[in-house]
Amino acid sequence: MNLIKYTFLIISFLFFLIKNSFACEIKARVSVVGNEFPAIQTVGAGAKKCKGAEVKTNLTADHQKINVAGMSSEPAEYTSAIVANTSIVALLNNDLIRPLDDLVKKHGSKLKKNQLITINGKVMAVAFMANAQHLVYRKDILEKLNISVPKTYEEMLSAAKKIRASGFAKNPVGGAYKAGWNLAQEFNNMFIGYGGKHFKGNTPKPNVNSDAGKKALNMMKSLSEYMNPDFLTHDSNATNAEFRAGNVILMNMWGSRAATLTDAEGVSDAVKKGMDIAGPMTVGGGKIPASTLFWDGWTVAKKISDAEAEATFIAMMNAIDPSIINDEKVRKQAVWLLDGYTPTDAARGVFAAAKMNTTPYPMLPYAGLMHSAIGAEIADFMQGKENAKKTLSDIEDAYRAAAKEKGFL
Amino acid sequence: MLIFIFLPIISVVLQSVHTPHENILITVENCDPFGCKKVTSIDHEATKNLNQSEPLGKFVGLDIYFDRGHLAIEKLKLIWKNSENIFSFIQSLSDLPFYKAVFFTLTFTFTVTPIMLLLGLLIALGVNSINKRLRGIVIFFSLLPMIVTPLIGSIILFWMIDSRGIIGNLIQWLFDDPNLSLKASTTLTWIMLIVYGVWHAIPFSFIVFYAGLQTVPKDQLESAKIDGANKFEEVIYIIIPHLMPLITFVTLMQLMDNFRVFEPIVGFSAEAHATSLSWIIFNDLGGETRQLSAAATSSILTIIGVIILLSPVLLRTWRDFKFKK
Repeated sequence: MNLIKYTFLIISFLFFLIKNSFACEIKARVSVVGNEFPAIQTVGAGAKKCKGAEVKTNLTADHQKINVAGMSSEPAEYTSAIVANTSIVALLNNDLIRPLDDLVKKHGSKLKKNQLITINGKVMAVAFMANAQHLVYRKDILEKLNISVPKTYEEMLSAAKKIRASGFAKNPVGGAYKAGWNLAQEFNNMFIGYGGKHFKGNTPKPNVNSDAGKKALNMMKSLSEYMNPDFLTHDSNATNAEFRAGNVILMNMWGSRAATLTDAEGVSDAVKKGMDIAGPMTVGGGKIPASTLFWDGWTVAKKISDAEAEATFIAMMNAIDPSIINDEKVRKQAVWLLDGYTPTDAARGVFAAAKMNTTPYPMLPYAGLMHSAIGAEIADFMQGKENAKKTLSDIEDAYRAAAKEKGFL
Repeated sequence: MLIFIFLPIISVVLQSVHTPHENILITVENCDPFGCKKVTSIDHEATKNLNQSEPLGKFVGLDIYFDRGHLAIEKLKLIWKNSENIFSFIQSLSDLPFYKAVFFTLTFTFTVTPIMLLLGLLIALGVNSINKRLRGIVIFFSLLPMIVTPLIGSIILFWMIDSRGIIGNLIQWLFDDPNLSLKASTTLTWIMLIVYGVWHAIPFSFIVFYAGLQTVPKDQLESAKIDGANKFEEVIYIIIPHLMPLITFVTLMQLMDNFRVFEPIVGFSAEAHATSLSWIIFNDLGGETRQLSAAATSSILTIIGVIILLSPVLLRTWRDFKFKK
C-alpha cells in the first residue's frame, strides 16, 4: 500500500516539475503584429500560450501597413512585429526596434547562430523560418500530356501552351500579379533572374531601366497571356483559390503557402493528389533562379519598457520553441530554422531555392521605395497601355521622387 | 472649428512643405540565415542629431507640390512640348499618378452626381405615388444600399462580378463572350465603379427628395390640374422649383462625397485601372514606406480641389440668399 502511495506522490511531483518547466511565465503585456500565413499563425498561437499577463496578436495580410504606425507611439502598441527581410527595413529606417543582444544572452540558449539577424554587429531580429517562391504544379496533368516539369520560365510558357491546347485548363498559369506589392515582387524575381541589379553599386541610384528590366517585363507579359484575365486583382490567396478549384496548373507560389494549399474544404481529390512542388525556375538561360530568398522572424519594439521587452522576448521564444516541430502538421507548415528540423516534402521547393543560390531579398533602406514604385508603374505595361522602355523610365522617375522626399537622393 | 478644422489643416500644410532630413548612409555588415553581406544602412546616431535640432525636417517649400508624384511641373512642360494635339497631351498626362487620379475622380464625380440626382428624384416620385400601405416596405428596401458599409458592399460585389461570379457569368452569357471580364478592362472597371457609386448614393437623394415631396403645397398642384397641366408639367413647373433648395443641398453633399471616392477602389481591387486622390493619400500613408510629406501635399491639393468644385454651387446659394434679402 505504502509503495503505491509513494509512487503516486513521486509521479505527481514529477508531473508538477515537468509542467512548470514547460510553462511560460511573463510579467508584462505582449502584443504581436504580423502576416497571416499558417506558420505565423502557429507562432502567434505559441506566444498566446504564455500566462501571467495579456498576450494579444494581430495577424493580417495588411501588417506592413500598420506595424510602423503601431510601433511609433510611445509606448508602442505592438511590442513585437513578425517581419521578413523586406518589412524589417521600414522598422530599421524609423529606428523602431531594439538590439536584442542582452536578451539573447539571458533567454536565448535555444537559438542557433544562423537564426540571429545581425545588423552592424547587433542582433536586431530572430529568424524562425525561410521562404521563397517556387513552382507548384499539377503532376497528374503534366504526366497525362507528357510534359516534363518546367525548370525555366521558357519551358513554363511552352507547357502552358500545350495545356491550353489540350483543353485541361483555359488559363493554366497562375501568379500573384495583383497591382502593388505582389506584382512588384514578381518583377523583382524575374529581373534578378535575368541578372538585373536594382541599384547602381552601393548607392541609392536606380538601375532598373536596363536590358534585364525590359526582358523581365516582356516575360511577365507573355506569362500573363496564359493567366485568368483578372490577374491584376489576384494576390496569393486568390491565386491559391484558383489552383484549388483546378483552374490553374502551373504557378510560382510561396513555399510558406504550398504545404497547406490543398487543406481547405471542398478541394477535389484530383487537385489534392495531383499537386506537387519543385524548385524555383530560371529564366533567359541564367543560372540564378528568378526568385528571392526570404527569412521570417520577430523583432522587439524599442519604445516599450524593458520589462515589456523581456516579456515579449520570453513569449516569442516560447512561440518558436524547437518542440513545436514535433507536431507533424506544424513541421510541414514552413522551412523552420529551428534546432532539430528535418525538411518535409513540402519544403523541397524552398530547399532547392537555397541550394540553387537564390538571391536573398536586399535589406536596403530604400528597397521599399523601389518596390512600391515598381508596383505602381508596371500595371500600365501589363495592360498594354505603354511599352517596356517607358514603364522602366516611369519606375525610375517615381522612385527618384519618393527617394528624394525621404532623404535618400 | 478652430481645434477640429483649422489646426489640423495648418499642421498638414506645414508637413507638406517639409521633408525628412537627408539620411546619412553608412556601409555595415549584415548577417542573416543566408550569410553575411556588406550593405548600405542608415546611420541612426548621426541622423538623430539632425532630427533633434530641427524636428520638423528640412524645409523644401513647394518642391513636393511640383515633384513627379504631384503636379509634376517639369514633366508637364516636357509633355506639352512633345505632344502634337490636345488629345495626345491628355493621354500622356494620364500617365502621371496625380493627373491619373484627378481624371478618374472628376469623371466619377461628374457622372455619379447627376445620375444619382435624377434617379433619386424618379424613385422618390414613384414611391410617393404608390399605395400608402406599401410605402413603408418599399422605402426600407430602397434604403438598403446605404445601410451596407461601402467597403463591404464593394467586396461582396467584387466577388459577384468576378468572371466566375454570378453577375460576371451573366454578363458573359448576355454578350456571348466567354473571355469578357469586368476587372480586366479599364473602361469596364470605370463603368463598374460608377454604377456602384450610383447604387450606393441613390438612397440618400431619394430619402431627402421624398421628405421634400411631402411638403409640396396641395393647392398649387390642384390649380395646376385645373389649368390642364399633365403629370410631367406638374413635376417640371411645380415640384422641381419647390425642391430646388434640397437639390442644391444634395448636389453639394454628393459632390463632396464623390470627390473623395475611396472605398470602392480598395474593395474592387481596382488600383491597376482607377486611382483617386483619396486612394493616393491612403497609399502614401499606409505603405511600409510612409511618405508623410507626399500624403500631406495630396491632402492639400484635394482640399483645393473641393473648394474649386464647390465654388459655383456655394456662390449660387450665396447670391440666392442675398437676392431674397
